[in-house]
Amino acid sequence: MRLRPAEWQLVLPLALAYAAFFLVPLLLLVAVSAYADEKITTPGFAMWRKFLGDPFTWKVIFDTVKLGVYTVAATVLVGYPLALVYLGAGPRAQRVILFVVILPLLTSVVVRTFAWIVILGREGVINQTVLWLGLAPAPLRLLQTEHGLVIALTQIEMPLLLLPLLSVMSRMDPSLRDASAALGASRWRTLFRVTLPLSLPGLVAGCMLVFASSTTAFISQFVIGGNRLVYLPLLIWQQSLVVYNWPLASAAALTLLVSVGAGVAAIAALGRRSRAYAI
Amino acid sequence: MRFKDLSYSLVVGVLAGLGFLILVAPVLIVLVTSLTRGRSIKFPPSGLSLQWYELLFDPVRSSQIHRAALNSLEVALAAMLAATVLATLASVALARRGGPWVRALDTFFMSPLILPMLAFGLAALMYFTFLGFRPSLTLIAIGHVIVVSPLVLRTTFASMSQLDPALLESSASLGASWLYTFRRVTLPVIAPGIAAGAFLAFVGSLDNVPISLFLAGPRSDMLPIRMWGMMESMLDPRVAAVSGVLIAVVLVLMLVMERVVGLTRSFK
Repeated sequence: MRLRPAEWQLVLPLALAYAAFFLVPLLLLVAVSAYADEKITTPGFAMWRKFLGDPFTWKVIFDTVKLGVYTVAATVLVGYPLALVYLGAGPRAQRVILFVVILPLLTSVVVRTFAWIVILGREGVINQTVLWLGLAPAPLRLLQTEHGLVIALTQIEMPLLLLPLLSVMSRMDPSLRDASAALGASRWRTLFRVTLPLSLPGLVAGCMLVFASSTTAFISQFVIGGNRLVYLPLLIWQQSLVVYNWPLASAAALTLLVSVGAGVAAIAALGRRSRAYAI
Repeated sequence: MRFKDLSYSLVVGVLAGLGFLILVAPVLIVLVTSLTRGRSIKFPPSGLSLQWYELLFDPVRSSQIHRAALNSLEVALAAMLAATVLATLASVALARRGGPWVRALDTFFMSPLILPMLAFGLAALMYFTFLGFRPSLTLIAIGHVIVVSPLVLRTTFASMSQLDPALLESSASLGASWLYTFRRVTLPVIAPGIAAGAFLAFVGSLDNVPISLFLAGPRSDMLPIRMWGMMESMLDPRVAAVSGVLIAVVLVLMLVMERVVGLTRSFK
């Protein structure tokens, strides 16, 4: 169905703004990456060869994707049960959970990152608890490790998983779960045969957002991971704002774009596959 | 089967409790830490005082932070207004329509949500530099409009789907012009969605790092970027105080929005 001309005019301002300030800059990104020198004068793929020919680049790409996968797994592990509790809760408790989910989403990423420095630091909350309980003889090293970063990203990204998930779950028909229980299914069986398949669209949408956000969370990666953990966003930042090698930075940015796109597409495909199996 | 149900409650309960704790604890810890009497950031604090808030609100010693905060507020207001107007108009036209063109446009408009913002930030920096612009708040606001528009689109789309088309038809058949129908029928119905979207856009711009990182210059410092700098050099305890203020502001805004438009409802 085609839009009436009057309605085209309503879409036009946003479409033009996107074309001028979103689409054209992205095309420029592709163009700049196809220049061989830092001054952007000679076209050529030297930067791409230099970037992709370096084994370090591939390690960084692998680490970035791995970070995204770990974060998705960790957020689902604690986020999905929280969504299940939300599903079974009364209206008041539901509002409390929703509030708790939205609050971190609306507090700045920098604030959330800062919180995790206080928690994971040498004299941080976790280390003090561990020492007090006598679980370890010396403070654990949590900052500048992948574990610490994944724990922090779990909180930083969890609202992105929960919002689509809760919105799908609250539209589910509760009588289906009741029917499953009345027919003698255990709660585990009801979860895997009824609730999970029905909530899959929300789960998939949430996982995509978490993956896309955690792989590109520059400040969190940099501040919690430190210099020793290198991910693609750090390379982009170094090349563009420290070294001023824009073609190489563009190549790195496009690599990030493709990696995130591939990850998101893989999650979507996985979602479609498992839906076919579930029903 | 009894045992199985018990194990279900146990596993789900423990994991959900952990999730709840992970979500809430950092926010509380930041608030408590910001009240420390000590000279460094530690939890639990060595005593309570408001000294870091006093330092933060000192117009001379924290002038850079104030400047960055004002810049961020100015950009957030501009980006919110522009994104709300543009996205509301677009969603009024696009909502509840099908077809490949509409779907393609929708995907295009939503793509900044999934696309790495960092890549877009770099692209915007190069674009504006080639066009000959110097870093300025206007450029940052333009970048923010692109990344917060999807938030407004999403909430207005959702409230457009609650609009009964029969209302529009009867308004038109009674002789009302399109504009009149829009003002008297459409707008009142979708106003909560627009308000929720505007709120999200405001907060989204205020918190934005990846765009500001590339477009902010020495004369257009932004609050999140300044806070990052304060965390990088030597953990400045004023970061905790700024965080405390930000959390309080968002909390108040959230409660107001909940009262006025039912913010939590717009997420369902």
